[in-house]
Amino acid sequence: MDFAFDEEQDELRQTVRQALARQFPVAALREFYEASPDGRATEARARWSMLSALGAPGLLVPESAGGLGLSDVDLVGVLEEAGRAALPEPLLETAALAAPMLATLLPAPSAAAALAALLTDDAPLAVGGIDVGVTGPSSPTTVSADGMLRTPRVVGARDAGVYLLAARDPDSGWQLHAVPAEACAVHPTAVLDQARDLSTVQWPLSADTLLAYGVAAEASVGLMADRGAAGSAAYLVGLADRMITLAADYAKERQQFGKPIGSFQAVKHLLANARVKLEFARPATYRAAWSLATAQPTVSRDASMAKALASDAADLAARVALQVHGAIGYTWECDLHFFMKRTWALSRAWGDAATHRHLVLAQARRAPLSPR
Amino acid sequence: MDLTFDAAHEEFRAEARAWLSAHVPREPLPSLDTAVGFEAHREWEATLFADRWSVVSWPIEYGGRDVGIMEWLIFEEEYYRARAPKRVSQNGIFLLAPTMLEYGTAAQKERFLPPMAAGEEIWCQGWSEPDAGSDLAGIRSRAVRNDGGDGWLLTGQKTWASRGAFAEWCFGIFRTDPAAERHRGLTYFLIAMDSPGVTVRPIPQIDGETGFAEIFFDGVEVLDNQVLGDVGTGWSVAMSTAGSERGLSLRSPARYTEAAARLVELFDQAGRPAGSADAVARAYIDAEAYRLHTYWTASKVARGHTVGPESSANKIFWSETDVAIHETALTLLGPEAELLEAGSPGEWLDGYLFSLAGPIYAGTNEIQRNVVAERLLGLPRG
Repeated sequence: MDFAFDEEQDELRQTVRQALARQFPVAALREFYEASPDGRATEARARWSMLSALGAPGLLVPESAGGLGLSDVDLVGVLEEAGRAALPEPLLETAALAAPMLATLLPAPSAAAALAALLTDDAPLAVGGIDVGVTGPSSPTTVSADGMLRTPRVVGARDAGVYLLAARDPDSGWQLHAVPAEACAVHPTAVLDQARDLSTVQWPLSADTLLAYGVAAEASVGLMADRGAAGSAAYLVGLADRMITLAADYAKERQQFGKPIGSFQAVKHLLANARVKLEFARPATYRAAWSLATAQPTVSRDASMAKALASDAADLAARVALQVHGAIGYTWECDLHFFMKRTWALSRAWGDAATHRHLVLAQARRAPLSPR
Repeated sequence: MDLTFDAAHEEFRAEARAWLSAHVPREPLPSLDTAVGFEAHREWEATLFADRWSVVSWPIEYGGRDVGIMEWLIFEEEYYRARAPKRVSQNGIFLLAPTMLEYGTAAQKERFLPPMAAGEEIWCQGWSEPDAGSDLAGIRSRAVRNDGGDGWLLTGQKTWASRGAFAEWCFGIFRTDPAAERHRGLTYFLIAMDSPGVTVRPIPQIDGETGFAEIFFDGVEVLDNQVLGDVGTGWSVAMSTAGSERGLSLRSPARYTEAAARLVELFDQAGRPAGSADAVARAYIDAEAYRLHTYWTASKVARGHTVGPESSANKIFWSETDVAIHETALTLLGPEAELLEAGSPGEWLDGYLFSLAGPIYAGTNEIQRNVVAERLLGLPRG
């Protein structure tokens, strides 16, 4: 039993943290929000090159396939730092979901081509077609009148070279495809968090793009749902930490009644509540990463626990941070809203807290909590 | 990162499990807040001690096994899994002992630790006073030099001393320098409850039992060798106990994971009512989050780090999780929740009453929130 990161893991996290702090301070996030679509694409490409130089996108891909050959335990700190920076690029989708999935499906030609796009061309991967609900993963992908498939809320399509898309047919079950961007019609979706890249993608169903179907695809989708929950939990932990820090810093500066508002117990207790919730979401999030890395039989439950705790922690941090900032926090001018908006999106993505509590309880009888 | 236990840990677990399954009383003991129950629990401590299971993490010379923090957590998991009796010696072994091991003289450790481990001497805590609760530094009970001898005379009143009605010894904080400001001029004393001048007045709790007591000191003589740490340093010595109380040693996670597992059983027995599902899941997940946080912290301790103000976050979390688990259980029991079984509260009702004390004792959760805000988030003192 050694529940701690090793030195290399701490170092990797620090490297990513410093790189993001340097190249993507909150002023750059604001610029990104306010940039033209072309300007955004340029900024996003530059940031992705930086992440690629660090090896982050291919972190889980084996070295033999051109990646870093590291594990979810190495990745979790990187995702947390991405959350702290509210990084807009699809690092979660690429590094945690698509890339390791493609690596397990090598040498299938469509998987090899998609990985090449990631590792050689430095283009992120987009992911879509999987939702998580109380009955487990389902697909929002539908068939259009023209025979094309239509997947809403695909993350990262603007900059991706290849889209990893899932569909589920009531009769034949799941299919997983790696579809080249040029084969798709992409319709950007307006969302509250303008830094988040969501699109509806129309794509042709083709045997050439098929990665897996039936039982194999179902297992892949299940693992992606677990990684989606665990990875977004890590992102949310970073976001929560950032929002609590912003609010605590503000509470030390802002004066009312002749003293900093942070000296009042009413304000202290709001922030303490958020800090306590974060404190206890963190180890559960790291445990989920370990369970993924070591393929524990409890991995789905562990990912659900992490997501339930991290979603609640980040949602509370957002509420508290806004309240502590007062009216200024409600303005466009204050940086807080960038982090709140990402929180509101991610706390619901890959299953919200209540959904994951339901999933945990459904398994609670089968997997006793204490060692027995 | 490795969240599995190695072979030595598993062997230790198996040994603890086997011993507990052979020795844990089949019938629950009477409540330890009664005279009869207190003695029954004391006997159980002697049984534990005889086979070196009462204080596994202590040095061998004082009755322990000198094992690490992970083994202690494993032992606790097995202890709660076996549904073994409550620890009547908990104030001594979990709160005083870590402080004594750090600050005590060799003679004090030799004199006090073995009988504490054996349950021969049960300790209560004499900290709170009628006018010094959350504001603990407002202590007014005082100690003055005993002109006639080599020691001190204690005068004042302590209250809310758990086990105070039946305990043999008390660890308390008294003001030795009346001119000093608040946190200064306090000294940590070890006092025999049968000393002349000690008067105990048991206080019935909301369940009617005398779980705690007021203690009056009227010129009680204590010797210099009954001072723990240096004279005038009582506050910092006491805070090391407070850290233990809020942090790792008082509330092991097994207590909550075990209660949460039983809560899920109760939920199943009740037919999995949809209205309680979310609360059950929340309690279950929070108990597990506490367990994981403890192993996270223990791994830091094993690497030589100390537990700091995080122990205040810990105290808030375990106490509120405990209330939530028991509230949810009572909801599942519905109209049966209020029934007294054979005149006493049932297990869940009893646990609920006890859980309600959690956010109050060991420093109220409001005080802990101040500590979290000031020391973890750096907010200015009010």
